[in-house]
Amino acid sequence: MKKTLLATACFALGSLSTAVLADLTVAIAGPMTGQYASAGDQIRKGAEMAIADINARGGVLGEKLKLEVGDDACDPKQAVSVANTMVNRKIVFMHGHWCSSSTIPASEVYNEADILMATVSTNPQVTERGLDNIFRIMGRDDQQGMVAGSYIAEAFAGKKVAVVDDKSAYGKGLADEIAKAMEAKGMKPTLREAITAGERDYSGLVTRLKQAGVEVMAYGGYHTEVALILRQAQQAGLQLTVMGGDTMTNSELVTAAGPAADNVMFTFSPDPRKNPDAAPVVEKFRAAKVEPEGYVLYAYAAMQLFEQAATAAGSVDYAALEKAMRGGSFDTVIGNLAFDAKGDQQAPGFVVYRWQGGQYDYAQ
Amino acid sequence: MAYALQQLINGLTLGAMYGLIAIGYTMVYGIIGMINFAHGDIFMVSAFIAITAFTLLAAADVTSIPLALTFVLVVAIFFTSAYGWAVERTAYRPLRGSTRLAPLISAIGMSIFLQNAVQLTQGARVKPIPPVLEGGVVLWDAPGFAVQIGWSQLLIIVTTVVLMIAFTWMITQTPFGRQQRACEQDRTMAGLLGVNVDRTISLTFMLGAALAAVAGVMVTVYYGVVDFFIGFLAGIKAFTAAVLGGIGSLPGAMLGGLLIGLIEAFWAAYLWAEYKDVATFSILCLVLMLRPSGLLGRPEVEKV
Repeated sequence: MKKTLLATACFALGSLSTAVLADLTVAIAGPMTGQYASAGDQIRKGAEMAIADINARGGVLGEKLKLEVGDDACDPKQAVSVANTMVNRKIVFMHGHWCSSSTIPASEVYNEADILMATVSTNPQVTERGLDNIFRIMGRDDQQGMVAGSYIAEAFAGKKVAVVDDKSAYGKGLADEIAKAMEAKGMKPTLREAITAGERDYSGLVTRLKQAGVEVMAYGGYHTEVALILRQAQQAGLQLTVMGGDTMTNSELVTAAGPAADNVMFTFSPDPRKNPDAAPVVEKFRAAKVEPEGYVLYAYAAMQLFEQAATAAGSVDYAALEKAMRGGSFDTVIGNLAFDAKGDQQAPGFVVYRWQGGQYDYAQ
Repeated sequence: MAYALQQLINGLTLGAMYGLIAIGYTMVYGIIGMINFAHGDIFMVSAFIAITAFTLLAAADVTSIPLALTFVLVVAIFFTSAYGWAVERTAYRPLRGSTRLAPLISAIGMSIFLQNAVQLTQGARVKPIPPVLEGGVVLWDAPGFAVQIGWSQLLIIVTTVVLMIAFTWMITQTPFGRQQRACEQDRTMAGLLGVNVDRTISLTFMLGAALAAVAGVMVTVYYGVVDFFIGFLAGIKAFTAAVLGGIGSLPGAMLGGLLIGLIEAFWAAYLWAEYKDVATFSILCLVLMLRPSGLLGRPEVEKV
């Protein structure tokens, strides 16, 4: 308690002093509350550290950065109102949102206001709508689904596989791509199901899977539901291996699912913590008692991206910044970033991971 | 067949929990004629108390599961009853005798208050606990499908049955049960005959909260995750169960809970799992339209 108080006090003081100096406001937005709040927390920790580091280096173009935090709770309506608030606060750069279903509507608001954004949302639609202000520092669900689907078809050949999603823009998009990739490799999903996210009872789904003799579930959605499904599968005596997407990086999955979490595999970009160039930053996070897992380093990289693009452009003017972003190549903690005409990262690459005893690592 | 039996077990588990919460709605309606919309949130509070108690036990290195469960149940029942009493005392008693709408609005306010209080003090994110009771027992090893009941499912069903027997005995056989039924029939007359009406109403709220606390502990054990918003959906479903069974009728609430649980499980089993809430709430609409007094309810007679 004392520690949090102290931290809050330091944080309040810190933001007070930067507020006086700040001329450039950058923002992050994502689920700071609600059931995916732990992802929002990762983004915030990564961005705060990046901004402290950038300001310690003298800021961007001689001006200090100030951080605004928007909470959309992964609700598309709230995301639009967060976007409007951010426009009013005159931000020059946005890292967010997190849920694809929030990023898509919010990006239209930023586009009208000429604000650049770098997102980790993976739904293909994020960059397929011809908006020139959006850049994606993560891969796309079609690439992700391709990797996951091919892996399933090869590693689990001859087993019964169900494809399940949570009906969200992200979940359904990913599940559809996985199913497509599986079929391309000649494996037909035994079951195609959908659930409602945010519920508690998935015993109906679990029983269906058991009835159909399913051993592997490809899942498009978030970690909370996977934890519940695994727990209930365990109760029903069903051994289930889950293949999910980038959202399964969250360690809450392990707490909630218990030992059953060892049956979760997922696709994610190559672990930035293994990047030797990132080692000093990773050390710094660990020294601050923050494990730079999941989206922490991505948020850090997004801020580096802004710093380097603005430096290259020599201004934070939208047109110049956009040009610098699209044409440039940037060295960040998650590796080298360069973008194609749509704003997608040029060399994204996904790898299959597996949880093992509370840690995730590349699957064998 | 085995598949249907498994879904029956799922449905009974779910129904038992709805039933336990539904009794709180129905008892309060029976005695003071209002729908206590904060009841779902009392259930949510109890789940948080259970999580806290489990965490404390883990910190104290208690490994005996029966001991842990008993301790958590006692703690949850005690504190949740206190909440039930406090809610009645602060939000409803001052409004007794005013219009019918006043306590209803006060209840909605109380519900929002409890949700936000928990969100602020406990945080908005989902709170998980590691699995408490793992595994289960195979009931029937049918070809291609083994029907299994999880230990925690068994715990829920057995606890609910025991509680229902104890509860029926209390309402029908004890002096408190007699006073409770007297207040339900005619509060003024009961008061004139020496029943302490305020005390009886307070106890009714505490009893409803205690049953919700049992449901809260069960949910925590069974699902393992809790957040500040679980009270809303659980509350509305339990309310639907109470209406289906006939609001004001105690066996009705239990029957309604079981039916709602079974309908959800079988809807998810044979139709579209993603639309099971639609099924539940369509039933609420149908009952209100076709048989407003519910399955076991008495049609309300207006006293002139």
